[in-house]
Amino acid sequence: MPDFGGDAETFRVEAREWLVQNFPPSMKGVDLAMTVDEPIGDAKLWKERMGQKGWGVPTWPTEYGGGGLSSAEARILQQEMAKIGARNPIGGMGVMMFGPTLLEYGSDEQKQRHIPPIVRGELRWCQGYSEPGAGSDLAALQTKAEDKGDHFLINGQKIWTSGAQYADWCFCLVRTDPNHKHEGISFVLIDMRTPGIEVRPIKLISGVSPFCETFFTDVKTPKENLVGPLNGGWTIGKRLLQHERNGLGGGGGSAGRFGSGLPLEQLAKDYVGVDDEGRIADSDLRGRIIRHQMEAKAFMLTLARAMAESKGNSSPSAATSIMKNVGSKVGQDRAELAVEIMGSQGLGWEGPGFKPDELEQVRNWLGGKATTIYGGSQEIQNNIIAKRILGLLDHQ
Amino acid sequence: MAVLTEEQSMLRDAARDWVREKAPVTAFRKLRDTGAPLGYDPAAFVEMAEMGWAGVVIPEAYGGSEFGYLSLGLVLEEMGRTLAASPLIASSLAAASALVIGGTEAQKQAWLPKIAAGEAVATLAVDEGPRHDPLQTGLTAETAGGGYTLTGAKTFVLEGMAADLFVVAARTSGKPGEAEGITLFLVPADAKGLTREKRALADARGYAALSFDGVAVGADAVLGEVGGGCPLLEKTLDRARAGLAAEMLGMSVQAFETTLDYLKTRVQFGQTIGSFQALQHRAAKMFTELELTRSCVEAALTAIDTDAADTPQAVALAKAAAGDTLHLVSREMVQMHGGIGMTDAHDAGLYMKRARALETTFGSTAWHRDRWGRMAGY
Repeated sequence: MPDFGGDAETFRVEAREWLVQNFPPSMKGVDLAMTVDEPIGDAKLWKERMGQKGWGVPTWPTEYGGGGLSSAEARILQQEMAKIGARNPIGGMGVMMFGPTLLEYGSDEQKQRHIPPIVRGELRWCQGYSEPGAGSDLAALQTKAEDKGDHFLINGQKIWTSGAQYADWCFCLVRTDPNHKHEGISFVLIDMRTPGIEVRPIKLISGVSPFCETFFTDVKTPKENLVGPLNGGWTIGKRLLQHERNGLGGGGGSAGRFGSGLPLEQLAKDYVGVDDEGRIADSDLRGRIIRHQMEAKAFMLTLARAMAESKGNSSPSAATSIMKNVGSKVGQDRAELAVEIMGSQGLGWEGPGFKPDELEQVRNWLGGKATTIYGGSQEIQNNIIAKRILGLLDHQ
Repeated sequence: MAVLTEEQSMLRDAARDWVREKAPVTAFRKLRDTGAPLGYDPAAFVEMAEMGWAGVVIPEAYGGSEFGYLSLGLVLEEMGRTLAASPLIASSLAAASALVIGGTEAQKQAWLPKIAAGEAVATLAVDEGPRHDPLQTGLTAETAGGGYTLTGAKTFVLEGMAADLFVVAARTSGKPGEAEGITLFLVPADAKGLTREKRALADARGYAALSFDGVAVGADAVLGEVGGGCPLLEKTLDRARAGLAAEMLGMSVQAFETTLDYLKTRVQFGQTIGSFQALQHRAAKMFTELELTRSCVEAALTAIDTDAADTPQAVALAKAAAGDTLHLVSREMVQMHGGIGMTDAHDAGLYMKRARALETTFGSTAWHRDRWGRMAGY
């Protein structure tokens, strides 16, 4: 355990005491951050207490309800929570992407209004970015917002809006000037209960529907919901994407998430068997598992190094694109290997004859294919690395 | 880059400045073209030792600075950038580590101050075939009159033409393939019955093949335990491997930067070739691999400095990652430079040849992957 010095150690005692008094033991190992249903009982209690304390977003400023902790203190809190199996009950796009962006670019009124409900985990946000004709070329978006004096009138269609069917609010990129591509985009907030919004879930290859199509027909949103200057939304929108990539590539991101709980080598020993020396019987498979595990380790070391070099400040940087690409690739490789190891048993779709882990694996394998597409595809990240980090020019 | 202390930053900057001024690639090219007998410039090594680089992992009591492996790695990385030739890895890192870890007081007193001062060059003599495999040690050491007689051969010994002292892996019992029975010996280069012959490889360094024809040594030549030398040898080799990985990282960084400069200046079809997406994405891939490799190399050196339990795994990862990345970058250096990259006048070929030599030294990428898997229990 690193020694953070006197003040930090005082905080460790404080955090530990608060957790003893407020963490319901029944919540050990339970992850509420991504659940859709309203929590009840101990879950509700734990979420409310963390929300009140502001420790779900430990480094956000106290004036908007955040924890107001330093990075070092936040790490201590994380360590103390991990020790007792306490998971952060506050999460979602509001925490990961929209909140940090609004804290940077929003007016004081907007922060006062929107940040506290995110801190308490009361409202869900969704992301109105991609359109049928604007995927990787996001700035080609056409959803139109017309200035009608006290409000904008919005018409158009968004796609791949994660969790739109459950969202209370949407942060949205809209076109406010048709004559300028990047400088004609604004960043607006839309209450999802406004008349004229229709949400249709999209069924994916994994059989689930985490994304939606969202249609806007004469939707009115008040002028006060414009974040930043009119036609100045592209800068804000890109900043938010950095937060998204950071979250997707980071330790809690795709690299760790896709795949069943068992380590691959254990899965291989169980399903493939071992040779006389205790090695995985299929030598080609063994070689590829080793290669993968070493790459995953290199990725974790790189995350740790990036944290150490930024002195605990986890705000995104240009190198975020590297993490997003490597993290998503490692996650996909893992899922491919897991399915391969389990053979036909790893392709179980539903019904009898399969363990829950096996059924989960096939969905993870397929669902994980989205990770190199969303949040800026692998190819877009490579463009960013080439241009912003390496300084290579655009093709003329 | 790891979070460095002020002293480490100064060391790195000093190495960077010295290498650029005194040991640019042109200096190595001249050594190669003039057929320098040792494979490096002894005068340049004296200068390096004067700056303290030969004693970075040697305790102060024996003339070193005991500055640690991460620190020495910073110097090696800078050396790698310009292909600077020196016995830093063979002598100041590998052989010095063997003595520091396993030497008696008398052995340390006899050799470490000279190694730290650059007055003596020591090196490991381990492999007997073209592929690294310390357990296959077959050179025999038979007891004779209170001492030992060494008979057999070693090959591809790093800086073997320059060495004053060999740390020799020999077999006092057991048979090739077994860990038990390996014993390390300190054998001076002028010992009777020991001969050496240069082995000229593609990377133009000072490799030698050694022949031991009944070389008599005293009992005080044993380094560490009789018959139980394997753990000491492995610890020593892991330090050398981490150092090699640092040199390989430095080479990779430079090969990449040189290539990136070319992508930004070479014009075809009316624009810089670096504006073509096919090349941009390959450049992004190389940059990503470099970042991952740096993390692995620094983690391995830090593991050695902190005597971490998982040091062997960390070293295997670093050597394998550096091997893959250096091959990728040096091959792309040739390919992206096009025809000019195929010429002897260009540096690209020098990097590609050295990449192969370093990858195979003390365990290839494939060897370290297999080792990593075994250590992980599968």
